[in-house]
Amino acid sequence: MTLLEERLKRGGPVSPHLQVYNMFALTSFLSILHRIFGAALFVGTLLFAYWIIAAAAGPAAYDTAMSFLGSWFGYLLIFGWSFALFYHMCNGIRHMLWDTGRILSLPEIYSSGYVMVGCALTLTVVAWVLGLSL
Amino acid sequence: MAKMRSDLMTARALGSARDGFHHWWIERLSAIALVPLTLWFACGIVSVAGADYAEFAAWLGKPWNAGLMICFISAAFLHGKMGMEVIIEDYLEPRSVQLAVKVFVNLMAFALGIVSVVSVLIVALRG
Repeated sequence: MTLLEERLKRGGPVSPHLQVYNMFALTSFLSILHRIFGAALFVGTLLFAYWIIAAAAGPAAYDTAMSFLGSWFGYLLIFGWSFALFYHMCNGIRHMLWDTGRILSLPEIYSSGYVMVGCALTLTVVAWVLGLSL
Repeated sequence: MAKMRSDLMTARALGSARDGFHHWWIERLSAIALVPLTLWFACGIVSVAGADYAEFAAWLGKPWNAGLMICFISAAFLHGKMGMEVIIEDYLEPRSVQLAVKVFVNLMAFALGIVSVVSVLIVALRG
């Protein structure tokens, strides 16, 4: 018997079951994305570590790392990581408000969801525009 | 009717409740710290994007930048490790696999976090 079956049998709490939800309702979709982006950010720390270790290794290694990070593939990875970071941060703030019992009604969850995505997109665009122009 | 069964019967297989709150709380604390740290980190990266080594080292050599970078790294790896633990506990079966992946993620986060902090110090102190 798996742990899940054991828990179901005893009527205990079970993990979020993705299949029982409409995964593409705004509410569940944003929630699932929060986790996926969180996990992606953790994997993405490898990229951050690569960059900072290269800097510690010296100017030559730093240049090599920067030429990789400055390639189209490097940009793609950093762009994805930056959006995931801003999304996870903005939605994290939303989670903290929920933790204090605020904005828990359905209309508020929808409106804060739109605001959150808007903030995450804005922060990503602003960061990239500034980063590329400065 | 008097309860004839011990609480252990209902508690069994639900996992220990001993330190669940502590895990949740540390995850929130690191999340709170990461909001300003992430904004600072983003501003910092924007300011050194495309910089050569000398410029980057000069930036990271400033005490506040080195210090906040170490704060960011510590909070980020701690928060990331804790978030991954929750995901692993939610979706991975059986328990043996869960444990193995948790050990791997913990060691990974610990090692990468420390190596990153040491790297910051090397760059900052090399001058």
